[in-house]
Amino acid sequence: MDYLVSILLLAVTTALINNLVLHYFVGLCPFIGVSRRVDMAFGMGAAVTFVVTIAASLSWLFTYFILAPGAPLTSAIARAAGLTVTPDLSILNYIVYIFVIAWAVQLVEMYVRKFFPPLYKAFGVFLPLITTNCLILFTCLEVMRHVPAAGLPPAEPWGLDRAVIYAIFAGLGFMLAIVLMAGIREELDHADVPAAMRGPGITLIIAGILALAFMGFTGVDTGLARALGRDVEPPALEAEAPPETAAGQGVPAPAS
Amino acid sequence: MATDVEANGAAEPVLEVAPGPHVASGSLTTRRMMGDVLLALLPLVVVAVALFRQAALLQMAIAAVATVGGEALFARWRGRRATLGDGSALVTGLILGLSLPPGAPWYVGAIGGLAAAGLGKAVFGGLGQNIFNPAMVGRAFVMIAFPAALGAEAYLAPAAAAATTGATPLTALQMTGEVAPLGPLWLGLTAGSVGETGALAALAGGLYLCIRRTAAWQIPTGMLLAAAVIAGLVSLAGGSFTPAHHLGAGALMFGAFFIATDPVSSPLTPKGRFVFGAGTGALVMLMRTLSGYPEGVMFAILIMNAFTPLINRATIPTPVGGPVPRRA
Repeated sequence: MDYLVSILLLAVTTALINNLVLHYFVGLCPFIGVSRRVDMAFGMGAAVTFVVTIAASLSWLFTYFILAPGAPLTSAIARAAGLTVTPDLSILNYIVYIFVIAWAVQLVEMYVRKFFPPLYKAFGVFLPLITTNCLILFTCLEVMRHVPAAGLPPAEPWGLDRAVIYAIFAGLGFMLAIVLMAGIREELDHADVPAAMRGPGITLIIAGILALAFMGFTGVDTGLARALGRDVEPPALEAEAPPETAAGQGVPAPAS
Repeated sequence: MATDVEANGAAEPVLEVAPGPHVASGSLTTRRMMGDVLLALLPLVVVAVALFRQAALLQMAIAAVATVGGEALFARWRGRRATLGDGSALVTGLILGLSLPPGAPWYVGAIGGLAAAGLGKAVFGGLGQNIFNPAMVGRAFVMIAFPAALGAEAYLAPAAAAATTGATPLTALQMTGEVAPLGPLWLGLTAGSVGETGALAALAGGLYLCIRRTAAWQIPTGMLLAAAVIAGLVSLAGGSFTPAHHLGAGALMFGAFFIATDPVSSPLTPKGRFVFGAGTGALVMLMRTLSGYPEGVMFAILIMNAFTPLINRATIPTPVGGPVPRRA
């Protein structure tokens, strides 16, 4: 039961409260580039969800067994070689993640080209560009921060299960955001948007308003945890203005 | 009916059939709708002025002037004819002013009005083309930009009530679990935003709007129904607010009848309107019960505004004589 609750909390937090597009503003290139039609947006959301799940789970495996400080596999090799130092390959993290992501994108590309040729045509350059989608690297890095390692245990260690759930809901959150945006942009086809604002301009403004709206979910995780009987510190909230959501909050926004 | 007419010896009804062009009906113009809304807002304005005196007048005036001025300014920039005559900017500004706390500094209303006219409406191309409710865009903008100015101390205790605390009933519920008595809650004798406290006044104005068909009745019905059902479940699970408390508290009535029913940013189909209302009500209750904010009407309406195009797509009605819809 406690496990289910924690999984539910992780899912809600990832998909709604800390929605990767609308809270951290990562993955904006496909969010703007492929949000013109709802069906395409849905396809892109599905592709990103698939890639991010594969990439994050492989990243967890590689980090836990090979790359983290004192990882079991590397340690065994080091012992067999007669070394006494604790091996630490975490310097290779980024390179390995990028390879994993590129491999997963290739998989998706072959699959889409074979089974959905019109979708493949419609995606154009944006399908291989999933490789450089910062949302996916962001998820891998977030997973990396939570991999239980011998040398440097994180505050909240995630098992492989948590990593997979996190990745799936990160992808679903992206899908929600991009499908919403596509619906709005289809509606805007008939609107008299000022010339300077057409395309990416109005899309970014809508993304900003959506982000404002999604701030309403702030604190739902602690509320949910309390409602489900989990012990949490009561949040010290000002009326109508939780301090941690105040404008000055330093959102750790990685460069896109 | 026809027999009645014959029995009374009156003339038969004349059906005029003529080729186009026809004389357009003046009954459903933007101007008439906005006039209706202004008329329906009157009870709320009266309650607001009675409760908060100059503070209420000031908030409404600043927000209205800023919104109307912004509208004129942005229309001029684009070289478009300013559409002030239809009164839509005035309604937006008035609703924005009514949704601000009475103790908010003057620049909050001014910036909120400009954001409502510019970010909420002008960038989308003006009246009828905006995706989000302009007044709520303006309010969300200032609420995130000036969280301190719109915090607890901006909520003055109404002059007419004996309340000593400035906390709104929903804030009190969240912080201390204190339950406000039902009577003052519905009459509006509590702290709160300028125009949100008088639930009964909002209900009266809202019913007039629904009868005049200026507002679609499905939206408030769905919204209040969903909120009441969820509030009932919450109170069964041990919450101290009953559904009657939740319906009367905060901006739920005001939002259900005046904000969510904005015909531009809500769905077009009857079924879609009901879905829209129910979704808004459910989100309001989700945010009231679980989130860090005591109230969620603004966020809920903005989120459902974003869903509106998708709801429209999903609820296209079958035309009369059209293909029989396939059951899945």
